[in-house]
Amino acid sequence: MELTRTVAKRVVQLVIVLLFVTMFTFLLIRLLPGDPTTTIIPFGTNAQRAALRHDLGLNKPLPEQYWNYLTGLLQGDLGKQYNSGRPVIDLVSQSLPVSLQLMIYAQFIALFFAIPLGIFTAYRAGTRSDKAINTTGFALLALPNFVLALFLSYFVGAQLKWLPTGGYAPGWMDQLFDSSRSPDLWEHARYMLLPAFTLAVGQIAVYMRLLRSDMIATLQENFITMAKAKGVSNQRILWRHALRPSSLTLLTVAGLNVGTLIGGAVVIEVIYGIPGMGLKIYQAVFSKEYVELQSYVVIIAVLFVLVNFFVDFLYSVLDPRIRRARAS
Amino acid sequence: MSPGEDRFGDAPYDGPLLEVTDIKTYFETDRGLVRSVDGVSLTLERGKTIGIVGESGSGKTVLSRSIMGLLPKRGVVREGSVKFEGQEFIGIKPKDMRAFWGAQMSMIFQDPMTSLNPVMKVGNQITESIRQHLDVSKSFANELAENLLESVRIPEPRKRLKEYPHQLSGGMRQRVCIAVALACGPKLLFADEPTTALDVTVQAQVLDLMAAQQRERFMAMVLVTHDLGVVAGRADDIAVMYAGRIVEKAPTTTLFANMKMPYTEALLSSIPRLDDQSHTRLATIPGRPPDLVHPPKGCKFAPRCPYVQDKCREEEPLLTDAGGGHLYRCWFPVGTPEGAAALEKNRAAGAAPAAALATGPTTGGQP
Amino acid sequence: MPEPPDGEISTTEEFLADERHGFGGVAGDAGLLQVGAIEAGPESAHRRGPGLGIGAWMAIGWMGFIILIAVLAKIGILTWGDANESFASCARKGPFANEGGASGFLLGCDSNGRDMIPRLALGAWTSLLVATGAVTLGFVIGGTLGLIAGFSGGKVDTVLTGMFNVLLSVPVIIMALALVAFLQGASGEGGALSPEMILIIAIGVVAIPLIGRITRASALTWAQREFVLASRAQGAKSRRIMIREVLPNVLPAMFSIALLAIGIAIVAEGALAILGVGVRPPTPSWGNMIALDRGNLFKSPHIVFEASLLIFFTVLSLNFLGDVVRARFDVREGGL
Repeated sequence: MELTRTVAKRVVQLVIVLLFVTMFTFLLIRLLPGDPTTTIIPFGTNAQRAALRHDLGLNKPLPEQYWNYLTGLLQGDLGKQYNSGRPVIDLVSQSLPVSLQLMIYAQFIALFFAIPLGIFTAYRAGTRSDKAINTTGFALLALPNFVLALFLSYFVGAQLKWLPTGGYAPGWMDQLFDSSRSPDLWEHARYMLLPAFTLAVGQIAVYMRLLRSDMIATLQENFITMAKAKGVSNQRILWRHALRPSSLTLLTVAGLNVGTLIGGAVVIEVIYGIPGMGLKIYQAVFSKEYVELQSYVVIIAVLFVLVNFFVDFLYSVLDPRIRRARAS
Repeated sequence: MSPGEDRFGDAPYDGPLLEVTDIKTYFETDRGLVRSVDGVSLTLERGKTIGIVGESGSGKTVLSRSIMGLLPKRGVVREGSVKFEGQEFIGIKPKDMRAFWGAQMSMIFQDPMTSLNPVMKVGNQITESIRQHLDVSKSFANELAENLLESVRIPEPRKRLKEYPHQLSGGMRQRVCIAVALACGPKLLFADEPTTALDVTVQAQVLDLMAAQQRERFMAMVLVTHDLGVVAGRADDIAVMYAGRIVEKAPTTTLFANMKMPYTEALLSSIPRLDDQSHTRLATIPGRPPDLVHPPKGCKFAPRCPYVQDKCREEEPLLTDAGGGHLYRCWFPVGTPEGAAALEKNRAAGAAPAAALATGPTTGGQP
Repeated sequence: MPEPPDGEISTTEEFLADERHGFGGVAGDAGLLQVGAIEAGPESAHRRGPGLGIGAWMAIGWMGFIILIAVLAKIGILTWGDANESFASCARKGPFANEGGASGFLLGCDSNGRDMIPRLALGAWTSLLVATGAVTLGFVIGGTLGLIAGFSGGKVDTVLTGMFNVLLSVPVIIMALALVAFLQGASGEGGALSPEMILIIAIGVVAIPLIGRITRASALTWAQREFVLASRAQGAKSRRIMIREVLPNVLPAMFSIALLAIGIAIVAEGALAILGVGVRPPTPSWGNMIALDRGNLFKSPHIVFEASLLIFFTVLSLNFLGDVVRARFDVREGGL
């Protein structure tokens, strides 16, 4: 009962936010001073401009424009890339799976390293190894991901030549969007390893330190001493008793971190030349394709809002049990 | 398996179950070395109960954990000797201690809510201990767990196995903790303020339960509490702790009938009695426990003692044996002519502790 | 941070702000996880006694050095050369390059043959200017709004928080990028707004909801303390209480966040430069120096490395100082 009421509340919030986001991106182009068509196709002919004006419905009143825009979005009409004439929706289906795979891999790699490191430093809090690991983590937080990307591509790519520093081969997700792209998993892995790892490194430090902090608090709790007094081994205590309450923290944090991940992915794609949404955005900015850019922003914003909504929801379902258990 | 039969196959040991000699436990902190336990000795036989009584800060909790060896490795200094069935504990690695924890000795903690893992089912918390020490199948362990819950008088035990701690009441949770502690049939049970966090009505039930289990299993018990009432009918011996030392130790009846330490007397008199007149002022012990980093010279209780004389502030009283297992440390004990004279002198001078002590020492009988 | 009563569904924001989880209590969002992670570490905390540690002094020293160089370069007093002058023969040569006629270029030159040292110095000015400007904008607007929201509660709070959430529904870099792109488009080629100004506005606007949230969380905790209630009981007006009682307590934490934010803004400028927007050449900034000569990475790595090292040490110093400030001023209950 309580749950459905909160869900309903959240859904309403979700819709409001989505409306605002779409309105914001919608207004971006239309708020440019002067004639938007001049900005979008500065070197076009008058006929082209008239066609564009018709396309965008710039002659109609603003609310009607917004309505058309919105319905168009829902139908998948994301506008056209004006230099090539290609519909943006095609470009999106080409590049979105690439970015998604990159982010998923990065998240996994980050957690894979951060969880044992977090547990270890919490268990050995105060010792030299703890201080050493944490100082490294602290330094990593100060290292911008583009710097790391450039360093790695220089050393691993150019000097050691272990991995390629640019290019792409389709992975398992691409064919879901476009069945013509069959996976070449080995090459896919080779191309994605360095970028995913670079993206992950920044998150490793964050997750590790947050997990450590949370676990140190958990390890002070009485039930840990109680488990020890039962004769349970340290390993088991760490992984089965202490990690459990802290893992909720970790999952929530990983979920909320998607925003940073997206931002990081954009830069990483540009540096490594991975043909994902980030690279497309970069190219759109470069060629001043504002309609295309606007569509990308909308897609990312909508996906981001949905992920946050899902994380919030998941958290509220999982948490009351823990909350009620820990408090009272 | 009958009580007394050694289930682990060793030749039965002849001496006391637990023999603690001059144990010291110090903590390294920024302020200095905190002397939480500063030389405590006691022995305990199988099937017997010793009550350890003291205020917070007296070191009683640290003592029980130190004997068991549950303290952190870093920043802790632990000296002395702790022999369990002849086996020395101090100096052995925590890894080796794990064979004893749960199987030979266990502990029940003060707050049952926080002692149980909130995200783990009750049944699993019991079977975890069983499967750690006994080589049995999962289903057998579950059966054992169910029996245990039944023996601690939890209704519908099979259902409870699958529940989480927060679904149980405070009293039930403590019973679950007792079940966990008793799961592998330990020879020694430490109960650290087991009823402090519970309602008064539930306290007696839990204590009775523990006593019953103890009788059934011929288990030794160390009952740590600040409440003399808790140990009154349930301990064979009582040790009173103050500032990290035992200041008086005696069999229970002797202690109540013939206490020697002014501190013990003050503790006893601070318990309100049912047959007191209404509006009787509650007696308190003025002052605060001493600083354990820089303890004062002489007797540690001197600043708060109603009987204090100059000698007390200069020299630490020696441990005196009054016979019959009664040990105490005091220059001017209760119930002696020197003690009475000292008290009168202080009262005449208007000293606060002497005035705060309820008029006339309480003698005899159970509180 | 007020805890919802037991059983009530809480949000992830409240979860992260719950001090039990050890995040320092103010991290509440993805962008802020970075901040929370910095504060969650064991580094500078527990520094008792007078005086700052050697680490803090090194950080202060570095920052002083960088700021000094930046200012001197901008004013034009000590530039160690001209940031714009090209030496064709020096192009892409690494450190200690020596060219006939011109004296040794200690740090080499970039792809256009320009001496790295004056460019890095001037770049320091640009990067610091943009970062500080953006953070100031964020604090002035975001901080004020957050303070009002946290202090007032009720409808005002709901509306403001709603605004923050909407602005934060687009990932930060994307939002900044979109703003810069559109502002640059709007201001045209001639440029009513200088590229630095555009960057300051874009990064600043993106910072507003983030800083607003943090300030709000901080103001909330303080506004619930008894001394505020006492002040009200004396008949003080709301605005007065807010400015005279709550604000001074919020400021130290905000100062620490500001230091961290400047570091984040410097990195943001760099990221935006790589994405192709921001400070336009020939004006150097650390970000656009990296972006420009990224293509020459394999043959002339020194260009990218030098600017990167400067960014790294500056951000590291700022993070460290921010953490030190927080540890000093963090008055937590239960210290008794």
